[in-house]
Amino acid sequence: MARAAVVPSTRLAVEYWLLTYRRNWKGSILTSFLSPVLFLAAMGLGLGSLVDAEVGSGRDLGGLDYLDFLAPGLLAGNAMMLAVNESTYPVLGGFKWYRTYMAMAASPLRGRDILLGHFAYMAFRVTLASFVFLGVMAAFGSVSSPLAVLAPFCSALCGMAFATPTAAFVATRINADNFSTYTRFVIMPMFLFSGIFYPVSQLPIVLEQLAWLTPVWHGVRLCRALSTGSGVNWELAGHLAYLVALILAGTLIASRTFTKRLYE
Amino acid sequence: MSLIAAWGLTKQFGDFTAVDGIDFEVERGEVFGFLGPNGAGKSSTMRMIGCVSDPTGGALRILGMDPAREGTKIRSHLGVVPQQDNLDEELSVAENLYVYGRYFDLPRAVLRPRIAELLEFVQLSERANDHVEPLSGGMKRRLTIARALISEPEVLLLDEPTTGLDPQARHVVWERLWTLKRQGVTQVLTTHYMDEAEQLCDRLVVMDRGKIVAEGSPRQLIERYSTREVVEVRTHGQVTVMAEALRRLGESPEAQAREELYERVEELPDRVLLYTDQGERLVALLGEVEHESVLVRRSTLEDVFLHLTGRSLVD
Repeated sequence: MARAAVVPSTRLAVEYWLLTYRRNWKGSILTSFLSPVLFLAAMGLGLGSLVDAEVGSGRDLGGLDYLDFLAPGLLAGNAMMLAVNESTYPVLGGFKWYRTYMAMAASPLRGRDILLGHFAYMAFRVTLASFVFLGVMAAFGSVSSPLAVLAPFCSALCGMAFATPTAAFVATRINADNFSTYTRFVIMPMFLFSGIFYPVSQLPIVLEQLAWLTPVWHGVRLCRALSTGSGVNWELAGHLAYLVALILAGTLIASRTFTKRLYE
Repeated sequence: MSLIAAWGLTKQFGDFTAVDGIDFEVERGEVFGFLGPNGAGKSSTMRMIGCVSDPTGGALRILGMDPAREGTKIRSHLGVVPQQDNLDEELSVAENLYVYGRYFDLPRAVLRPRIAELLEFVQLSERANDHVEPLSGGMKRRLTIARALISEPEVLLLDEPTTGLDPQARHVVWERLWTLKRQGVTQVLTTHYMDEAEQLCDRLVVMDRGKIVAEGSPRQLIERYSTREVVEVRTHGQVTVMAEALRRLGESPEAQAREELYERVEELPDRVLLYTDQGERLVALLGEVEHESVLVRRSTLEDVFLHLTGRSLVD
């Protein structure tokens, strides 16, 4: 039977992930909604009232209310957390538990379709969650620039700067033993020390310089500038370039580790 | 031209040689099997045929193409039933077929009727909208077979198609595979069940430690490497002692006078096998040797394997 050769494409792999997403999008949107509501209420309003009373919207927060300072930081931090979640267990599952990748590999799809398809889906998930986050921020009145509409894309970049190297690493793992260590001692410190809750200038200089290296600090800077409209300048291009470079490097390494795991 | 051809096909993982220079050809329309124990190199061979593992030596042509350069194109003509089920348990039965069909870029309009047809074929129509997770092992296997057929492949690759299934579920799967064979679907399968190989394969190769040790139809292999019948003798006592007695029986002058009684004696942990073309006559003489029970049966591929390697297929 003569049939035109299939032209494999990443799009076909993305379709799979979207179909599975259709099964649980409601729960996922609800989580994306509740998480910022809780954080912004507790820390932005609760803790924020104390901070604002003490610091008085002082110089240290760049003249911002604590809520307005915190919210864009959390937007980036939240994207990081979600991206790490999406690139650990689901990736190992693709090789090991659900064997989704293996099923795809037996079809005309190529290794790069399998990899990029999953990455595209992760980016979609993080972008969507970031827009929900932005909506909550707006509801809390902490969006003060129309440029804020670009912030979710930046937080998604920040997320993918984590997801791509994380997936590359996960593809080399036999089991999930190290995942919680990774989340607790690599990701969590970045969440706490990269300028989400307070400016990194508050840190000892060594830690401050360390914070500059973390992707999340760059994501936070981008999101904060865009949501407040202050500090929108060429510095942002640098942050963008840094995140994009990390994503490219992560994808390159992942394509090696995925290929090895899929086709050994 | 053969659909699949391999010359000196080799797969090494570091120092370990999983597949050690094997030659074989698969013709269109036949069911071709790789029979061998676990670790014989069957699955590694299957992965190379499935274009998900590059050979480290030799040559392989599938549909006239080289997997190293045209893997994607070849895979679009293959249907793969892997050893380990990799259905999506979160999706429904029908969605599993749909999503797999999409990997082949088949449009919805083509897939919709085909899914209905295939679910009918594997007797899962009533479960179309159910989740996969609660299905029985046999149903999942059948669904995996349906999924492999979604692209109307030229070759169906089945890696241990009935491993882990209960006897009834196995027979349902076999029956479906026979139907496919009648429809002319070329099938390549691996198995460590000699009855499966005998039931399904037109032609097979026996693999052991990465090498092919014999090739032919089940009947040819039995004729070539075994006798028509096998007499299985069990004992309460020591197998070695009984085997010795049986050997003496075969060497006795009167036995020699009545032509050779049996060709070979194989000693297993719990019984002795006598390979013969005259089972009943041999049984009549067994009274002279102390034993518990005796059984005459046809030779099987298990006997072929035992003869070729000195080991059982399934331990």
